[in-house]
Amino acid sequence: MMAYIVRRILYAIPILIGVNLITFTLFFIVNSPDDMARMHLGVKRVTPEAIEQWKVEHGYNKPTLYNASAQGFSRFTDTIFFEKSVKLFQFDFGSSDSGRDIGYDISQRMWPSLAIALPVLLVGLAVNITFALLIAFFRATYIDFWGVVICVVMMSISALFYIIGGQYLVGKLLHLVPISGYDTSLGAVKFLILPVIIGVIGGIGAGTRWYRTLFLEEINRDYVRTARAKGLSEQWVLFGHVFKNALIPILTGVVAVLPLLFMGSLITESFFGIPGLGSYTIDAINNQDFAIVRSMVFLGSVLYIIGLIMTDISYTIVDPRVRLS
Amino acid sequence: MIEPVILWTDALIFLLVLLIAGFALYARRKEHLRAPWQEIARSRVGMGALVVLSVYVAIGLLDSLHYRPQVAQEGQAETAEVLSLFDKLVTPLRVRQEKTYSAPLATHQYAKENIELADGSMVRDYPRLKHAGAHLENPQEEWLQDILWLIAKGLVEGLIFWLLCSALLIYWSARRSDGSFRQKFAAIRRSDTTLPWKSLLFTSGVLTLVGFVAAELSLHYHLLGTDKVGEDVLYQALKSIRTGLVIGTLTTMVMLPAAILLGIMAGYFRGWVDDVIQYTYTTLNSIPGVLLIAAAILMMQIYMSNHEEEFTSLTQRADLRLLFLCMILGVTSWTGLCRLLRGETFKLRELEYVQASLAFGVGHFKIIGRHILPNVLHIVLITLVLDFSGLVLAEAVLSYVNIGVDPTMNSWGNMINGARLEMAREPIVWWSLAAALVFMFTLVLAANLFSDVVRDAFDPRLRTTR
Repeated sequence: MMAYIVRRILYAIPILIGVNLITFTLFFIVNSPDDMARMHLGVKRVTPEAIEQWKVEHGYNKPTLYNASAQGFSRFTDTIFFEKSVKLFQFDFGSSDSGRDIGYDISQRMWPSLAIALPVLLVGLAVNITFALLIAFFRATYIDFWGVVICVVMMSISALFYIIGGQYLVGKLLHLVPISGYDTSLGAVKFLILPVIIGVIGGIGAGTRWYRTLFLEEINRDYVRTARAKGLSEQWVLFGHVFKNALIPILTGVVAVLPLLFMGSLITESFFGIPGLGSYTIDAINNQDFAIVRSMVFLGSVLYIIGLIMTDISYTIVDPRVRLS
Repeated sequence: MIEPVILWTDALIFLLVLLIAGFALYARRKEHLRAPWQEIARSRVGMGALVVLSVYVAIGLLDSLHYRPQVAQEGQAETAEVLSLFDKLVTPLRVRQEKTYSAPLATHQYAKENIELADGSMVRDYPRLKHAGAHLENPQEEWLQDILWLIAKGLVEGLIFWLLCSALLIYWSARRSDGSFRQKFAAIRRSDTTLPWKSLLFTSGVLTLVGFVAAELSLHYHLLGTDKVGEDVLYQALKSIRTGLVIGTLTTMVMLPAAILLGIMAGYFRGWVDDVIQYTYTTLNSIPGVLLIAAAILMMQIYMSNHEEEFTSLTQRADLRLLFLCMILGVTSWTGLCRLLRGETFKLRELEYVQASLAFGVGHFKIIGRHILPNVLHIVLITLVLDFSGLVLAEAVLSYVNIGVDPTMNSWGNMINGARLEMAREPIVWWSLAAALVFMFTLVLAANLFSDVVRDAFDPRLRTTR
């Protein structure tokens, strides 16, 4: 088990290098350091010296990928790519183009993101599973049919509609909770209610339908027939046996997205003015701050890979038949 | 004189239409491919959704035939904007611009203005609209009557048109099966036909009626109001259909060759080929999709602002950006299909007939072409259909975050984005938002229902468990 985890972590390194290479090429092939400097200095003060100085200050005064003037191994290490990548691997994100410390910003903004994403996930899971079980219990009846129809209709509505509609209805018409904003500690709760409810409602359609398929797949298994043949009641079959076994794909699916919760949700956060990582990313995109975007890409990839590894491990825990090799 | 203009996305759309036509001809001859389609044709929900989808596709295709109208004077022809056949058809909608916002079916502007009366005095009031309800002498009293009259007129016209078309269709189908019109009609009433005629006729009937009423009202009013610069919202929503369809279909199509080739190769050859391909898609997959799109779009914006001379017109620029968005979205979404194909090829490769061909010394690529590819095509098709609605929804979200299609392009996302500030106005301007959401909802719902039917028909695993 331990050896497997170590191997998976080692396997993650080439992937992360690949991710870095892709983002790096994306940023530098089209947009050379000179262009970047010109953009940040504005049109007025652009002299070759000013560009040179900006590049030195931000560490862009080296060849991008291959340094022909250097000797031996440092041909590859004495480059922008190597220096920036190594720093990322040490989780030293450096400072953003506007001069703020990215690592500090991320550690501050992580928690508001989590404060929304975690309740949405947990409440959503409970609601979706309840509905899916209900629909599965009444399968092949009108409740099943109309349940699925409602799910498809809810899936077809844009997430933007849920947010705009919810904000308008609850915030503006009923004046129940503030429309947007955030507060430290417990004061944040009243700001979080609306986004969490909207997030849960927005996910019901797709979630319920997906869990319904999982339950129905499980209901057709042999052990269910055996259980029924032994005379167990339908309720006991569904809640005692089917539910427990269907939980395996559900839980492992949840484990895969757990690390990514830190990244936050782009639209929800920007709509509700919550200072999380999602709105941080959007701001960076709108301000064309590459240092932040690159850090977020790297962070997202790391979290994704952690999610993959955790999924595999959680399989062995909930399902003893699975052996890691 | 008109000069046809072929934009990149136009060419790809018509290529896609050709491909689908070719696939349909191929599938007609193969029993195992024909059977699922016949099952789809028997489904009531599927055929109803198909009618709605084909209306959308027809508008999208008409909107993809671009040309540049030649202006009489020399030199001006260069700057003439690119129009589409669809623009030509709905010219009244396109050219009747107001000054600023107006509510749906309103006769007066949304905001008050200083109006000069006949005797020279100034009054601050809601001005009459230039085009909407201009034929009314006294809007306050005649308005309701006029609207109801137009609706009734549209309904009657639509009904006559629909009855004629349906009768012709039934007659034609009766002749084909050597029956009489009366027999066929009775069979349809009893639902005793292979095709779900009732659902087909009902859906097309509803659409015809809505279409005729909308057309009658639009000729005299702005059915869905006007936006900030006075453009008709209905026109914008209709133009957005093409954008949605392009994003929904081309995205999957651009990356399809790569996904099929790599997926099958990984599953078939295994070993280091598999490792390299798996590494590639795990890497691409681990980059958060939105961020990859954002980074790529950012880069393209910078490239475009640095190389302005390469883009001759606004339309072309917006079109290239749309194509680029499709490609980037494709890069983030092809990995799922690739993984599915790899897994399926893994299984197929071990089957006896593939092993037999190997033993007979048939070449690898011949085996892939003859035995593997035809047997994974249904996966490709299901993915294509299933991804569609998600991509249409994604477009709206991306445009909302300013990393979607060009801001000058008509799209539902841009309409919603523009409506963001309008919600705060008093009284609120809801029509742009509502129009975009309703048009998008209809398309996505139809696509979702249709894709469910397609998946049920093609996925043999699901067929046995139901």
